[in-house]
Amino acid sequence: MITRAPARHARRRISEEKAAQRRLALWLCAPAALVMLLVTGWPILYAVLLSLQRYDLRFPGERAWVGLDNYAAVLTDPFWWNAFWVTVVITVVSVAIELVLGMLLALAMYRTLVGRGAIRTLVLIPYGIVTVVAAYGWRYAWTPETGWLAEALPAGSAPLTEKVPGLAIIILAEVWKTTPFMALLLMAGLALVPDDLLKAAAMDGASAWQRFWHVTLPLMRPAILVALLFRTLDAFRIFDNIYVLTGGAADTGSVSLIAYRNLIGGLNLGIGSTMSVLVFLTVAAISFLFIRAFGISAPGTQGERR
Amino acid sequence: MLAGTVAGCGGGSTGRPVVNLYNAPQENIGALVDRCNRLAGGRYRIVLNTLPRDADGQREQLVRRLAAGDTGLDVLGLDVTWTAELAEAGWIRPWTGEHERRAREGTLAKPLETAVWKGRLYAAPYNTNVQLLWYRSDLIPRPPRTWDGLMRESARLAAQGRPHYGEVTGARYEGLVVWFNSLIQSAGGGILTPDGERVSLGAPARTALATMRAFARSRAADPSLPSMREDDVRLAMESGRAAFQINWPFVYASMAANRPGMLRTFRWAPYPGIDGPGRAPLGGGNFGISAYTERPRESYEAALCLRDAESQKIAAVRDGLPPTIRSVYDEPEMAKAYPMRQAILDALQTAAPRPKTPTYQNVSTVTSAVLSPPDAIEPARTEARLRELISEALQSKGVLP
Repeated sequence: MITRAPARHARRRISEEKAAQRRLALWLCAPAALVMLLVTGWPILYAVLLSLQRYDLRFPGERAWVGLDNYAAVLTDPFWWNAFWVTVVITVVSVAIELVLGMLLALAMYRTLVGRGAIRTLVLIPYGIVTVVAAYGWRYAWTPETGWLAEALPAGSAPLTEKVPGLAIIILAEVWKTTPFMALLLMAGLALVPDDLLKAAAMDGASAWQRFWHVTLPLMRPAILVALLFRTLDAFRIFDNIYVLTGGAADTGSVSLIAYRNLIGGLNLGIGSTMSVLVFLTVAAISFLFIRAFGISAPGTQGERR
Repeated sequence: MLAGTVAGCGGGSTGRPVVNLYNAPQENIGALVDRCNRLAGGRYRIVLNTLPRDADGQREQLVRRLAAGDTGLDVLGLDVTWTAELAEAGWIRPWTGEHERRAREGTLAKPLETAVWKGRLYAAPYNTNVQLLWYRSDLIPRPPRTWDGLMRESARLAAQGRPHYGEVTGARYEGLVVWFNSLIQSAGGGILTPDGERVSLGAPARTALATMRAFARSRAADPSLPSMREDDVRLAMESGRAAFQINWPFVYASMAANRPGMLRTFRWAPYPGIDGPGRAPLGGGNFGISAYTERPRESYEAALCLRDAESQKIAAVRDGLPPTIRSVYDEPEMAKAYPMRQAILDALQTAAPRPKTPTYQNVSTVTSAVLSPPDAIEPARTEARLRELISEALQSKGVLP
């Protein structure tokens, strides 16, 4: 039953089949791609269009195209740059602390022999609490007269009213809430490390630290980088903790908070959208940096495209 | 069970036109709604919808829905500072003819002025408000008339080791602007020119700023001053750590309920000034009618009922909201609930309204950002910065902090 068609013909048939398969694949993907375009592409495009206009909801008559004027206004504004650097500091510091703490937690959870399920559940509790609810808890705790943490400070101090202590408390609340998430992602990475390798290293006389540094960490690299990317992007968009804890007072507002203030409070769609676009560009730049510079692959591609 | 549910639903659809009232939380407003629904005799039925607790949250919800042309809003409970913004944007209807006559009749001049924009009436005054100086007569036997005098009293009490804080709203929000606005008007100036078109500030502003800075650095200042809002101020006084507070009259009813023991020595005096008597902050709320309502006639009727003399008396006696109709102050029930009613009427003569401009929200936001924290104010430099940022805010240009 073997057809002895010329090789050229066979190749063409195979390529035809492939092309048909590819067409089918495209057709199957099309609805999803279209929906993605509509729900994410259009709002982004719309925000870009708004950012090029003077458009204040209270003065609809004065709506006009102003080119890059809004970008000039935002990028020369000290309030914006203060919010930007505050966001950068919160992101870098909180993610760094979360990585170390998360790794420790992951190792502890991974090695636990007794009550593993119960411990994992316990660790995840902070992540399960709604951020705003947790933030209120922290706010009252740090408020003089009502709070147990404020009582521990010297009398008369109100940490949430000052910039540095306020930021420290915001970072603390972030770390408290999201370290479990980091630990969970890292624990999945730990599972990638074969026990045999660690045993072999131990046989060769490697100390616990050497095994961790030279065997575990390199193998966990993709998991660590994915965890870092997720957390960095999340941390950069920080809003709720700041909104509740300080409301942006004493210059503790983030870029998301200042964008909200201009867009929703100020009803200034032009300036607010400009800020949203700038936040979007920064987040895109962070992703690009992680993917290119650190060679992370998207989850699911198994690092093929390093 | 099922029958109950059906009956429950059925009760709502009796065919009477529904008027949706959106108002700030107020404990006994339900009594006003019930009364007006009874009086309406089937012509309409008011449904109460409660807005968020803070003024910014209330404004955000209202303006977002109005900007979208939402027809589900009919009668709107508005803060006195929003009139210009909502009127200029065309989101609330002017009051004319018979409705206007009824809204103006017997209404006190200052509250009425807060509902007017460009010569037209845009809301019916519901309640007014003035801040007073509240103090403990066991600590301060004779209340001073100026901020300097208050600071001296605090220093004296501190030296004796007694409660000496003076609570004011120093957090970065509207309350800080209210404080600044009253001080600058007490000093004979204003944030904006009377027409609301340009920045005024100048020497009176520097005097006001110097006073705020001096207060924030004095023994009178609570360490939490940069985060104090009206309710924190009230609680600080009730907890016994303050000798005086600057606040709205709701603190009296609260003190009576929470600390009846302290009520005996809890007194009020006119708002302090710079060299003499001050000009108290003017607050309050008005009822506006949405431009997108589908039942304008019923909405005007409902709003007029919700703010008539009887409704205002109920709101005053049960919820501590000072009336806008002059005659209500003479009602016999007011004597017990409102022992300070004459002080309120006196303060209303000179009360300092906030600047009238459609961009008030922007002006307020940048002002509170520049003034926070009050102990970091440097009069000359802060005045220059305010001038620059408020000029931009007036054109809704620039960035809000």
